Order: sequence, then C-alpha cells, then structure tokens
Amino acid sequence: MNSWPLLSVLTFLPLLGALLLAVFPLPTRAVVRSFAVGALALTALLMAKFDLGTSGLQFVEKAPWIPSLGVDYFVGVDGLSLLLVLLTALLLPLAWEVAGPERTSERSFGALFLLLQSALFGTFTALNFIHWFLYWELGLIPAYFLIKLWGHDDRRGAATQFFVYTFGGSIAMLVAMQAVYLTAGTFDLIQLRDLAATGELARRLPERLTGWGPELRLLLFLGVFVGLAVKVPLFPFHGWLAPTYSSAPPSVTVLLTGAMSKMGVYGFLRILLPLFPQETRTLLGPLVALTVISLVFAAFAALAQTNLRRMLAYSSMNHLGYAVLGLLVAMDPAARANPGASPAVTALAGAVLQLFNHGITAGALFACVALLERRLPQGSNLEHLGGLRAVAPVFAGLMGLSVFASLGLPGLNGFISEFLIFAGVFPLAPAAALLSLPGLLVSAWFLLNLMQRVFLGPATPACRGFADLNVREIATLAPALGIMLLLGVFPQVALMFLNPTIQGYLTRMAP
Amino acid sequence: MTPVDYLELALTFSTELVLLVTLGLVLFLDLRGWLGSTLAVRSQRGATLTAVGLVLAGGVLLTFPPVADAPAGSFVLTQTTLWVKLALLGLSLASVLLLAGSEITEHVGEFCALFLLATEGLLLMVGAENLLMLFVALELSSLSLYALTALNRRHPDASEAALKYFLIGSTAAAGTLFGLSLLYGLTGTLQFSLLTARIGSHIGDPLLWAGLALTLAGFAFKVAAVPFHTWAPDVYQVAPGPAAALVAAGSKLAGFLVLLRLLHAGLAPIPGTASGLPFQSGWMPAVALLAVASMAVGNLAALAQTRVRRLLAWSAIAQAGYALVGILGPTTDATLAVQYFAFTYGLAVVGLFGVLEALAAAGESDEISSLAGLWRRSPLLAVCFTTFVLSLAGIPPLAGFLGKFFLFVAALKRGQPLDHLWLVAVALGFSVVSLYYYLKLLKPVLVADPAPEVRPLPVPRLLALTLVVLAAAVLVLGIFPTLLLGSGTL
Amino acid sequence: MLAWTLYLSFGAAVASFASARCCPAVARWIALLGSVGGLVLGIVGALTLPAGGGLNTLVQVPWIPWLHAEYHLAADGISVVLVWLTGLAATAGVLFSWNLKHRAGEFFGWYLVLVGAVYGVFLSWDLLLLFVFYEIAIVPKYFLIAIWGSTRREYGAMKLALYSFAGSAAVLVGLVAAYALGGATSFNLSTLAAQPVAESVQHGLFALVFVGFAVLAGLWPFHTWAPTGHVAAPTAASMMLAGVIMKLGAYGCLRVAMTLFPAGLAPWAGVFGALAGIGILWGAVVALRQTDFKFVIGYSSVSHMGFVLLGLASATTLGLTGAVLQMFSHGVIAGLLFAVVGRMVYDRCHTRNLDELSGFALARVLPWIAVTFVIAALASMGLPGFSGFVAELKVLTGAWNRFPGWVAVAGLGLIAGVAYTLRAIQRVFFSGEPETAGTAPGHALEPVSLPEKLGTVLLVAATLVVGLYPRLLLDWILPALQTPLFAELRRRAGG
Repeated sequence: MNSWPLLSVLTFLPLLGALLLAVFPLPTRAVVRSFAVGALALTALLMAKFDLGTSGLQFVEKAPWIPSLGVDYFVGVDGLSLLLVLLTALLLPLAWEVAGPERTSERSFGALFLLLQSALFGTFTALNFIHWFLYWELGLIPAYFLIKLWGHDDRRGAATQFFVYTFGGSIAMLVAMQAVYLTAGTFDLIQLRDLAATGELARRLPERLTGWGPELRLLLFLGVFVGLAVKVPLFPFHGWLAPTYSSAPPSVTVLLTGAMSKMGVYGFLRILLPLFPQETRTLLGPLVALTVISLVFAAFAALAQTNLRRMLAYSSMNHLGYAVLGLLVAMDPAARANPGASPAVTALAGAVLQLFNHGITAGALFACVALLERRLPQGSNLEHLGGLRAVAPVFAGLMGLSVFASLGLPGLNGFISEFLIFAGVFPLAPAAALLSLPGLLVSAWFLLNLMQRVFLGPATPACRGFADLNVREIATLAPALGIMLLLGVFPQVALMFLNPTIQGYLTRMAP
Repeated sequence: MTPVDYLELALTFSTELVLLVTLGLVLFLDLRGWLGSTLAVRSQRGATLTAVGLVLAGGVLLTFPPVADAPAGSFVLTQTTLWVKLALLGLSLASVLLLAGSEITEHVGEFCALFLLATEGLLLMVGAENLLMLFVALELSSLSLYALTALNRRHPDASEAALKYFLIGSTAAAGTLFGLSLLYGLTGTLQFSLLTARIGSHIGDPLLWAGLALTLAGFAFKVAAVPFHTWAPDVYQVAPGPAAALVAAGSKLAGFLVLLRLLHAGLAPIPGTASGLPFQSGWMPAVALLAVASMAVGNLAALAQTRVRRLLAWSAIAQAGYALVGILGPTTDATLAVQYFAFTYGLAVVGLFGVLEALAAAGESDEISSLAGLWRRSPLLAVCFTTFVLSLAGIPPLAGFLGKFFLFVAALKRGQPLDHLWLVAVALGFSVVSLYYYLKLLKPVLVADPAPEVRPLPVPRLLALTLVVLAAAVLVLGIFPTLLLGSGTL
Repeated sequence: MLAWTLYLSFGAAVASFASARCCPAVARWIALLGSVGGLVLGIVGALTLPAGGGLNTLVQVPWIPWLHAEYHLAADGISVVLVWLTGLAATAGVLFSWNLKHRAGEFFGWYLVLVGAVYGVFLSWDLLLLFVFYEIAIVPKYFLIAIWGSTRREYGAMKLALYSFAGSAAVLVGLVAAYALGGATSFNLSTLAAQPVAESVQHGLFALVFVGFAVLAGLWPFHTWAPTGHVAAPTAASMMLAGVIMKLGAYGCLRVAMTLFPAGLAPWAGVFGALAGIGILWGAVVALRQTDFKFVIGYSSVSHMGFVLLGLASATTLGLTGAVLQMFSHGVIAGLLFAVVGRMVYDRCHTRNLDELSGFALARVLPWIAVTFVIAALASMGLPGFSGFVAELKVLTGAWNRFPGWVAVAGLGLIAGVAYTLRAIQRVFFSGEPETAGTAPGHALEPVSLPEKLGTVLLVAATLVVGLYPRLLLDWILPALQTPLFAELRRRAGG
C-alpha cells in the first residue's frame, strides 16, 4: 500500500481536466497538453516505483463502495496493466497533436479526449468487475461523441452502430457476471480468480443457481466472451469496426485502435480466462478456430479495401487476432504440465507485447493518416494517392517505418511480439499456427501494396503540392517511432515488466 | 291502558308542532302580509321563515332527551332516530334556502307549506314504530313531494312529471300497503318489535314472501332503486330546485333509514340463501339484487346523459345501489354507514341543486355544455360544484369517499369475512364507471374556456353562503367523520 | 418533522388556489416555497429520525374509532427515499414551470395537492389513510392534464384518471378484504401484515391488489395510459407522473400487496416477472418507433418501470433493493428527460416531431439543452456512474436466479434502450446541418433561463451522486427491508 493513491490520482487527473474544460472557458490546447504531460509523468513515476521482482498487484487501493453488492473501489496494477497504462499515456499526446487546430481549439473536443483517457486508465487499473465496468462503459461516451461530432461522412450511423454493438456485448457480459456474483457473492476479480482456480466457483454454481445443467457455465462464458469479443473485435462481431474507424476523425482512431481495442483483449486476460479456466479449455478448439478465421478474414478484408482507413482498420483486427491467438493458446491444457517456462509463457508474453506494439504502431499509422488528411481531405481514398515519396520524403519515410513495423519487419517492434506468439503457438497448436500463416502473408502483401500505391510511382495530381512534415509534426511522431525501434532492438525493456506477471499469471491459473 | 297525557304528547311531538306552526305562519303571511312584494322578496322571506322554523324545530328536538324505547308505542325516539331527525332537518334547511330569492314559483306560501309538510312526513316516518303509522307518514311526505314537483313555472311539463311521480308512487304505495297488510295478517301485529318476534313461525310461507316483496317495493320506490326508479329522471329534471333537493336528499335519507329498520328489526329472522351465495337473512338476496341492478342501470344510463339534472338522477339511482349494499351489514354498522352516507350524500346533492338553481336563475339551460367556463364566470360556483361532484364520485378527502367506504365495510362485516366481497367488487367496479361521467361534468366547469361573451354569474348572498357551508361540511365531515358518528368504537 | 412535508404541501396548495383570484403571479413562489420546503423537511426530518432505515412512527392518533382507523404516519427507509424523490421532483417541476402563465394559481394549487398526496401515501402506515392519499392524487392529475396539457389532453387525462381509478378500485377490494379477514379491528399495516390468511385466499387477493397498484406503475399490458398521459401532460405534471406517480403504484405493490399477502406472490411470480420483462422490451421497442419526442420518453418510462416490477417479482432482497433504488433513479431521470422535452425543447420550438426538431440545430444554438439531454439520456441508458446502473444491476442480479430468461429479455430491452435514446439524441440535437442552423427558426430561440438551469443541476446532481455513492440510499433501503413487515416475504424468498 502506498502512501499516495497514485492510481486514483492518475485516473481522476484527466477527468478533472475534462471537468475544468467543460465548465470554465480555458484555453483548450494548454489544458489538454498539461494534463497529458501530467499523466505521462505520473505513469513514469509508477514505472519507476514498480517492483520488477514480484508478480503480484502493486499500488493497490481498496475501499468498500456498495457492500450490499460486493462492490469495492479496488485498483492496482501488475506488469500487464502497467504496460497498457503506459500505452494510454503515450497515445493521448500523439492523438491530440495530430488532431488539427480546428478541433483542438474546441473545449468539448478536449474535454472528451481527457474523459476517454480517464476511462482507459480506469479500465486498465480497476480490479472489481463493477468498478471496471464503470470505466468500460464510460469509455463509450466520449468515443461516441468524438465520432458523432467530428467524424466524417456517415458518422451518425457509425457512431450509433459502434455504441449499440459494444453496449449489446456489455449487457451480455453483465448478465453473465451477475450469475457469477450470485455464485460467489463478490464482484472482486482477484477473489473470483482465486475461487475459479481452485474449482470452487464451478462447484458452487449449480448449488446457488438451481435448475440449471452444466450448460450454464458455458452460457456464462459465452456471455462474457461476446462482450469482450465485440470490443476487440473478433469475427463475427466486427460489424462496427470498419465504419467506425473510417468515419471517426483519424486522431480519434489513434485512441480507438491504439488503446480502446486493447480493453477487449485486456478483458480476456483479466476476466474471461481467469474466471472460466475450465470452460476456456473445453472450448479452446472452437475459440482458436474462430480467432484464426478472424485474423485471416481480417487480412483478406484489408486487402479488398480501397480506403486507407478501412484498410488499416482491418489490419488492426488482424493484428489483435494474433494477440488473442497467443493468449488462447497459452491456456492449452498441454501447457499446464510445466507452467513457468513453457511455450505458454512465450505465447502469452508475445500476446501482451503485441498489444503494446500494436497500440504504438497502429497509433502511429493513424496519426500519419491524420497528418495526411489535414493536407488532403480526401486523402484516405487510395485512388487519390500516389508518388508521395517524391513530394514528401520525410512523411513517406516515417509512415513507411510504421508500415514496416506493422508488417513485422525484423528490427522493429512488431516482429518481436509476433515472433514470440508464433514461437509459443507452434509447439502447442501447430495447426492454428499454420492456418494463421496466410494471415501473415496477406497482411504483408497488402501493406506492401499500400506502400507502393501511396509512395511510389508518379505523384498523382492531388498529391502534387503536398507539404512535407514540419519539425513539430516530426517531433510528434518521433516518440512512437523511437519506441518501435527501441523495442525492436531491446524487447527486454518491455518484457522485464511482463515476465514475472506472466509467470505468476500462468502459475495461478494452473489448478 | 293509561290515560293520555296531552302535555306529554305535545312535548313528544314538539318538533313536528313547531313545523306545523311555521307552516301556518308562512301560509298566512304569504297570503296576507307579503302581497305587495315582488316574487323574489316573497321567496326570500318565505324561505327564511321556513328555515327559521326548521332551526327552531331542531332546537326543540335537542332540548328533549330521547325517551327510552317504548315497545308498545307507535313512535320511538332513540339516539339513532334523534340523529336522523336532526340530519333531516339539516338537509331540509339547506334545501329550502335554495328557494331564497328565487322566482321559480308564484305560490311561495304553498310551496313552503308543502315543503314543511313533506319534512314533517319524513320526520314521522323515521320515528314510526308501527307499520300503519309508517305508511301514513310515508304517504304524507310523498303526497307533499308530488305537489311540490309540479310547482315550477319555468317548466311547463312539470305537472306531467309530477303526474308520473304520483302514479308510480301511488302504485308503489298501494303495494306497500298490501305488503304491510299481508305481514299484519300473518303475524297479527303492526309493531316492529312484535313482528320480529312472531315472524319466525311463518318461515316458508309464500304469503310472507309476497308481503316482504311488496313492502320492499314501496321503499325501493322511495329511494329510487331499480326497477322503481323510472320517475327519478323526470322529477329531477323539472322539479323546482328546493323540491328536487328534498326528494334527492331528505327523502332518501329517511327512506334508507326506515328500510334499514324494517329489514333489520322487522325481518331479520327470515333465513335464506340464494343459489349457493352465502346470505344470512332471507331478504338479503332481494336487496343484493336491487343493489346490483341499481348500480348497473344507474351508472350505465348516466353515461349517456347530456343534461346535468338527468345525469344526477341516474347517478342517484346508482348511489342508491351502493347504499343497499351497506344495508346488508350488521345492524349497528349498517345504520352508522347508511346514516353517514345518506347524510353526506344529501349535503352534496342539495349543494348541486343549489348551483343548478343559480345557473337556471341566470337563464342557462341544464345542458352540460352550458357549464362551460364556469371557473371564470363564477369561481365560487365552480369550486362548490367541483367539491360536490367529487364527493359524489367518492374522491377523498370528501365525505362521499368515506360514505361509500363505510357501506362496503359494513357489508363485509356480515357473515364470514369475504361473503360479500363480490358485491363490494361490483360496486367498486361501477364506481370506476361513474368517475367517467362525473369527470364529464367537471370538464366544462374547470377545463373549458367560456364562450366569448363572458358574463359573470351573480350568486345571491344567501345561496352563496349555503353553498359554501355545504361544501365545507362535505370536506370537513370527510376528514373528521367522528363529528357525525361520534368517537365511539364498536 | 417528516409529517410536515404533507402539511406544508397542502397548505401551499390552499395558498396557491387562493392566489388565483388576486395575485396569480405569486403562485409560483408559493409553489417553490412549498416544494423546496418539502425537500428540506424531508431531508432534515429523515436525518433526525432515531435509527436510519427502521420503522419510525411520526403521528398516531385515532381517526375513525368505529373502524379502528388511525391517522398514523410512519416512515422507514423506503418511505424516506421516496419522500426525497418527491421533494426533488416537485422542486424541479416548479422550476421547469416557472414560465407558466395560464391560470397559474390553479396550476400550482393542483400541483401541490398532488405533491402533498404523494407525500401522504409514502408516509401512511394506516391502510385506509394510505388509500385516501392514493385517491387524492388522482383528481389533480386529471385537471393538470386536461387544463394545461397538450396533444389530446382530454383523452389522455380521462384515460389516466380511469386507469388509476380502476386500479385503485381493485386495490380497495383487496384492502377491505384484508381488513375484514382481520376481524375488522385494524387498518394498521403491521398488524394486517402479521395476521394469518389462508394461502388460497392470499393468492387471489394478492393478484388483485398487486395488479391494482401495478396499473399505476405501468405494468404491461395495463401501461397504455402512461405514454398518452405523459405526452398530454404539461411539463411539471409529466415530471411528477413519470417521476413520482408511477412510483406510487410500485410502492403500493411492495408496501401493501407483497406484505399483506406474502404467500400470494409465489403462484404469480412467474406471470408478473414475465409481464415485467415484456414491458421492458416492449416499451423500448415501441419507443424506437416513435416520431414524437415525448412519446419516446413516455414509452421509455414503461420500459424502466418494468425493472421495478421485475425486482419486485423476484422478491429477493437484492431485487427489492434494486426496485426501490430504481424507483428513485427513474424518478429523477424521467423528470429530467421530460423537463428537456416538455420545457426546454417544446416550449421553444413548439414541435416535438423528431424530424422537424432536427431543423433547429439545437446542439449549436442552445448547447445547454443538448448537454442536459445527453446526460439524462446516458443516465437513462443505465450507464455506470449514474443511478440507473446500480438500480438495474441490482434488479437484474436479484431476478437472475428466478427469471434468467426475462433477465436476458431485459438485457435486450437495455440494448433497445440505447438504440432509441441515441436515435432521439441524433435526430433532435445533432442532425441539423451547420449551414442551415443560422436560417432555421431556432435562430430566435429564447435562451435557457436560470430556473431551468437550477432544475437541471438539481436532478443531474441527484442521479450522479446516487450513481457514484449508492449507499446514500441503500443504507436506508436495506434496513427497511429487514423490518418485521417484510419478515414473511424474506422467509419465503429464503426458503
């Protein structure tokens, strides 16, 4: 227990900024920047004080909130959540700086941005289901309005679709979690994890919820699964993805794909897998199959797009598919024999690292799209693009670097995480690994294709007169690119935060 | 037989005597003293004098403590009869005040005289312990009311309605007389108390049933219960306001109380059931049947009315049905309930006729639509009208609510707890129906805007005072029923 | 001190009626004084009660000795919570009617009668008294709608009055039956609840009383009065109707039907659970199809009240707690929604058609309105952080074990709820094209006034505070459910 409630401060700091902006006529840009820097500084402090030697939760704060419903105010981080907190803190400034002056001068835009950050911090630190759910849903509100008010084309339909899809999934999850509560008498995710690990949860279920057969546990599992899968998204819950990413302002998509999509996968790790270990194992085959279908489908879907944003949206879905694949395979019963040092650890570490990497890479890509569109309003339509390298070499270089990171070029961050995932998956589920390979290949194909169309060849009429990035924009992208290079070369920087957590995670899951 | 002490007799009938003296006085003064005055002044004076007489009578009644029950006598004065007589005087007082300043009839003296005579009949009826006396009193009041009905110069067809009233009334009266004579023939007595004792030995005798049915018919007529209700709409429609008020309020109160006494004291021992429904006494199925029929016919017919007075008549028929439900209860409960119900109902009805008189005096028809915008034309009338109608509808805290509630509770107290629940349910169901037409009455009064040429409605001061007192009474008695019922427990 | 809430309201009502002739302009001040006074008295009075949540008698004097009826006011935690709700809704209603000029004295008079009657119901421990207050509330509703209403006001008013009255007639049958079964010796709720009644009798009477009350709570399929009534009513009246009056019904179900006939629920629980579930989904789906803004909100009330009924039907402590909390929560949120629709939007734009409203570009012209509605809408969807979430969560959790199917249906209802709310937000506030905003009739819209802002802040604060710190109310509700009154119900739910 720390003397300072660092995590609460971190979560509520952006909220405070949002409120200030909502109520007082303050200069938006200055406020958001200072709060973003504040959040980064706090995150840095967290990382500095983080004890690398333990797998347990740190910076824990706990206080009763709604005792009659087993709800506590309960926050804490382990290596896994810390990495996602860091990701959030890093992405916000990036997204903000590329948003463009006409947006960043609006107070409401700034307030919603900060609100979204608060929700993300909350989601990655809350450890009581209801407390977590609060932020999970809270995130929807700013995202919805950011899309609705500042989005493109068919933004109305898209924003609503996004909201309804996610909300529907959340309800399924909520209803299932109520049954869990009725069984265990608590919403505390840590207690529930421990109950589930010993099989106590499964044993109590038929006692507390009479009149049900063994199908109930699978139903509950599926309820939670649907809620989370919508957010990732996994096939066939991805309907909202392309319209949302393509109609949201690219700066908002930086946050959507960079951080919000991680909420779903994080939910897998924090809720679904720990609470339903047996069901996961029972359904592992179909789940892995679904994930493989999802990632291959996403790769092919990306290939078919003519719109840059839609293409990157499906590319995100593809990349998160690997992460899900990695963490699902890590649950394989075969891996239980030797928890600690096994392919499961590798796969899981890869999966979590993939979350972080994808956040940085996809964030950087959409930031590039944002910069592109500030110069070319129709810029995400691939027909208009071509020959940018000649016109804007710096932009082409930086975006090209991001694309390469995304397709997993060795030396860049994407390679490490995907390598770890496949290194873990091959021994455990060779079939799944093999079937995923087309995804990798197609992914490489369409990304290279993209590079070629956008940067090579003669400059299209629209691209003539394209102004190259200025120093300030380069500085905006630089941290993200720096991290790509850094993690590509020294993945240990991130893995040292993860390893104890993941070891402990798998050890606790083993019955 | 003890020799008659005339002083004692005079004291016993002092109330009635006061009324008779007043009657003579008002007749004389109207014929002689007020000849030169306008009609409005005459009616003002006549009403005032009659009112003074009624108040005096009440005072006299109160100064003589009730005499102990005299089984052999023709009249009794118990706490209940005392109460009812006072209530009757009160209702008559309120009714006659509606006449003040009115130009409804040229025959002010005769009107007041007949009015007093009718009241006198009702008072005697309530106190009668002897079947014959009962009949005489019944006829006295009825005949006076027939005549009063006709005394309306605004309505040329008043005499037609009076004739209808008279014909139906006489038929019913003939029936009652025949029924009473059958009862007398079977038991050999005219005294209630003896009747009770002797009737037990004639159970199952068809003559007894005939006597019972015929007697009931007479009183069913008096309280306008279906199927003896057909006179009511016409009489309500055309009778002068004060007369209609007396018919609707005083006459009903007396009718219910006497019916209650007749059934409970006289016919209680007759056992009987009806097709498996649990009843405690032989007359109960008949009364229950009358009750349901009255509630059904009255409420449903009221829905279709477009004239206020006819609507009130049909609603009165329905209200009689509720009262009949209460009569099924145990004697004490039923008596209290009917007393409270009939009296407070009377207050509201008299008040309504007062409002209608004020409207009629201003030349308005009694179409419901002519009430439009009353809230602006005369807020006082609108407030009073609303109070009275809501009381009839049974909306608390007005007295009409508790009145009905007492009746239902009384009915439930008889027999096993839930024996009469079905009847209560029927009654409540119909009271939902009734809300529709009561609200239909209130809608123009409070909701609609008046016609463009807004004319304020003048209300004579005495009438206004009467209405305010009545409305206040309906409200206060609804909140503090103990003012009427005393604070005793059963 | 709690008892003074109703005296103050009735007193203010009289004063307001009296002002109708001489000085109708002061009526709104009288009403504000009365309603704020009620709110303050409610809060202070509750805090001065000896023990939080348990039953406390406030006044007990004989009323009708003949029937053993007493003037008996008492409060437990449930009453306290609902008294607070009444105070909040009443105050906000006055604030949102500040611009009312037509027959203001009478308006606020009827309004305060309604408020007083509602306080009376929530504080009565004598069943006859409770019923009296319950009935008193009917008439003001009729006039408030019939005189000051809008769309088909006379029809809406009459329908509402007849439905209410029919429901209360059914209730009365059950009440007098319970009274007669107890030997006609008491109307005291605790006494009657404790008396043994044959189970078969309970089954019938329970259904009668429960349905009678539930009509007012918007139980499907007896809910049809609600949308028409809400739509026809003037703003303050719809706020009271949806906010508080519907709670009267639910309160009656819980306080009277379920305690007098605790054995009666068992055979009906499935039926009422089903009706509640259908109501949740039905209300939401129908709301999705409306083109009149107010109808959207009207049907949403039906949907949300379904949660209350579902919680009641579950009869578990969780479900009942949730139901009471949902009563409060929906009261505040519905009040806010109706305030936006009726006062903020309709009074300015004079249309409630979703398509026509889009032309006003309200979000740009009057952002306060848009923000208020968005907040209310988010609360209404049941997003965490607002009071509705905790309440609906409790209800669904409490009902889970008994009606898993209907919980799932309710989940669908929630999703449909999001859909219709977003649809309304979109059509009304965010559809106007920026280019046409300047030329739309909304150009000269009256700015948002101070009373409106105060009312908004009051209600938004209430839903947020309860949403973030539900123990504020739960600490009252839970002890109330542990009192002897609910002992039999608890026993049965546990067994």
